[in-house]
Amino acid sequence: MNTKDIVYIALFAAVTAVLGLFPPITLPITGVPVTAQSLGPMLAGAILGARRGGLSILLFVVLVALGLPLLSGGRGGFGVLLGATGGFIVGWVISAFVIGLLIEKFWDRLNVVNAALSIAIGGIVVLYAIGNLWVSIVVEISYWQATVGAAPFLIGDVIKVAIATAACMAVRRAYPLISRAR
Amino acid sequence: MIAGLYIDGNSALHRAAAGLKVLALVLLGTGVFLIPDWPVLAVVLVTVFVLYPVSGFGPRILWAQIRPILWLLVLFFAVQLWLNDWQAGLVVVFRLAAIVSFAGLVTLTTKTSDMLAALERAMTPLARFGVNPEKVSLAFSMVLRFIPVIAQIGHEIRDAQRARGLDKSVLALVVPLIIRTLKTADDVADAIDARSFDPD
Repeated sequence: MNTKDIVYIALFAAVTAVLGLFPPITLPITGVPVTAQSLGPMLAGAILGARRGGLSILLFVVLVALGLPLLSGGRGGFGVLLGATGGFIVGWVISAFVIGLLIEKFWDRLNVVNAALSIAIGGIVVLYAIGNLWVSIVVEISYWQATVGAAPFLIGDVIKVAIATAACMAVRRAYPLISRAR
Repeated sequence: MIAGLYIDGNSALHRAAAGLKVLALVLLGTGVFLIPDWPVLAVVLVTVFVLYPVSGFGPRILWAQIRPILWLLVLFFAVQLWLNDWQAGLVVVFRLAAIVSFAGLVTLTTKTSDMLAALERAMTPLARFGVNPEKVSLAFSMVLRFIPVIAQIGHEIRDAQRARGLDKSVLALVVPLIIRTLKTADDVADAIDARSFDPD
């Protein structure tokens, strides 16, 4: 891991923090708030790859745990991570890693379809699996009930997968980092 | 630099070592999951609440810790009431409130810099597995240094895209933000290497 990798890791953790500064958009009908911040793990994985992307989000999550108000809405500290929805924050690390792993696998023949699929598997399937498991343990409800409870947030995350996919494809053309690393 | 959530004071908790407080938090977090009775959990919760005035924090600060999760607590109580009974609801609510308010207390009484120092010390044994503490320290300080820089870049891009009528497009913000961040990263890495940073 050279200096450039460390700087990429640090700066993508900073990007994730900055994405939390933009005010959340409230979806019509359901009233679920959607923040830009969860784009951070998707972008880190898709642009930096598995190792750097995962470490970048790990760095971000550790800084949140240490008491910096970096989560959207100025939240931070151990309380947020240990609370009921903490699994969705801690899960970002694994989510970014899985996205990076899949994008690296498809890198030479990456297109909109397999990029979107990679980001959706890491950013929705894996993330919700961890987040819902966490909720079900903390709140003592079944896994299925937790999944139903998280369903309204799916709309926002599907939109984010689309944005992250478009960004990933655009950055791959302008500034390909994954091929350079291998 | 950005400020943490620390509030200055001189209580026993303020003076306790950061590592010790985190250890206590881990023990409490594990402990409450082993306790299945709501009266015992109520005692734990009240004890944590009492630590707030003891550490010099008024009820407003305690309320600020609980308020963000209040709707979740109400929701979880309702779910348990519907699926089981009110005792099960109290177990879940007291457990979560105790963890969150104690975690808040640790955050309020510990400077981020002290927490960071404790983390660095805790990481020393990991050097054997190829984790370089100096590189990790560099990464940590760089994030804090670059959040304002990247926020500034974000504002500039937003202004530029507003002039083009693209201020509602997230993509028109995100793509230039990433490209400019990566360019900045290359410059920063060159600057660090030029100053002979070589922890290996």
